[in-house]
Amino acid sequence: MAKIRGAIVVDDVTCKGCSLCVASCPTDVIRLADEVNAKGYNYAYMHQPDACIGCANCAMVCPDSCITVYKVKIAETA
Amino acid sequence: MSIDIKDIIKPENLVYQKSRLLTDRVMHYCPGCTHGVVNRLIAEVIEELGIQQDTIGVAPVGCSVLMYNYIEVDWHEAAHGRAPAVGTGIKRLLPNKYVFTYQGDGDLAAIGTAETIHACNRGENMVMIFINNGIYGMTGGQMAPTTLQGMKASTCPFGRDVERDGNPLRMTEIVATLPGTCYVTRHAAHTAAAVRKLKKALFKAFDNQKNNKGTSFVEVVSTCNSGWKMTPVQSNKWMEDNMFPFYPLGDIKDV
Repeated sequence: MAKIRGAIVVDDVTCKGCSLCVASCPTDVIRLADEVNAKGYNYAYMHQPDACIGCANCAMVCPDSCITVYKVKIAETA
Repeated sequence: MSIDIKDIIKPENLVYQKSRLLTDRVMHYCPGCTHGVVNRLIAEVIEELGIQQDTIGVAPVGCSVLMYNYIEVDWHEAAHGRAPAVGTGIKRLLPNKYVFTYQGDGDLAAIGTAETIHACNRGENMVMIFINNGIYGMTGGQMAPTTLQGMKASTCPFGRDVERDGNPLRMTEIVATLPGTCYVTRHAAHTAAAVRKLKKALFKAFDNQKNNKGTSFVEVVSTCNSGWKMTPVQSNKWMEDNMFPFYPLGDIKDV
């Protein structure tokens, strides 16, 4: 069975740390960082990259368009 | 079986990226503001319809007053509440262009009520986008015509009292009764599913202009976490629990 793996890239300069992406993620991938960006916001980052399925829910709800989503289908050889 | 993140983040695996029509300028909206989502969706719809060169937006007065900085189309700024009147003029002079107005509840439902109702009644062939968060966000959270009964705002700190302040206004239902409108719908942008539905509605609204069908009116029930004094996630929950019963989502008119 093919497995789906995703990844997101958060633009941590424009992220305002609103945490809407954290709430929208079905697999609990995203958290807010303890560090802050230049504007003083705790930006979002991939806390559990292995769980990401590339569903793009986070990018859909992001008000600042700072999330880019990638997805790949891996054919398991076993 | 593991795959490195670097192998996933490649151009051929791209699923979603920021619209090409959005400028690099950082939006001035508060963290978690629905305006950002709707601005992005408008950019995506214009990009996917391929009408960037033919679109003219009319920016309002309110939180989204600086919207012309964010989307790479032609813009016109209107006086407070007069976006439908300005949009009417543009559309009548340039009938082949796609015209949309973007207004908040203080702009469209308070100072601009007359312009809104008459533009819809004349059936001006344009898209009107109405952001309804029940509060005057830009000026510090005062009561708006759309503020719910019992909802707190800085000018009604004990909640809106219908006896004293009147009833909240359902603008979308009002314009749905007018013969000039062809598509009147209410949406939200609080979850990914709602965002996708809203995008479809915007597609349809812009498409109606091509067929000269009349005014398309899209209301987006929104949050104002700064004005409501909540976190963005709490405001979305509050909106679901309190705004949706009074402002039910869905198509009101579609001819």
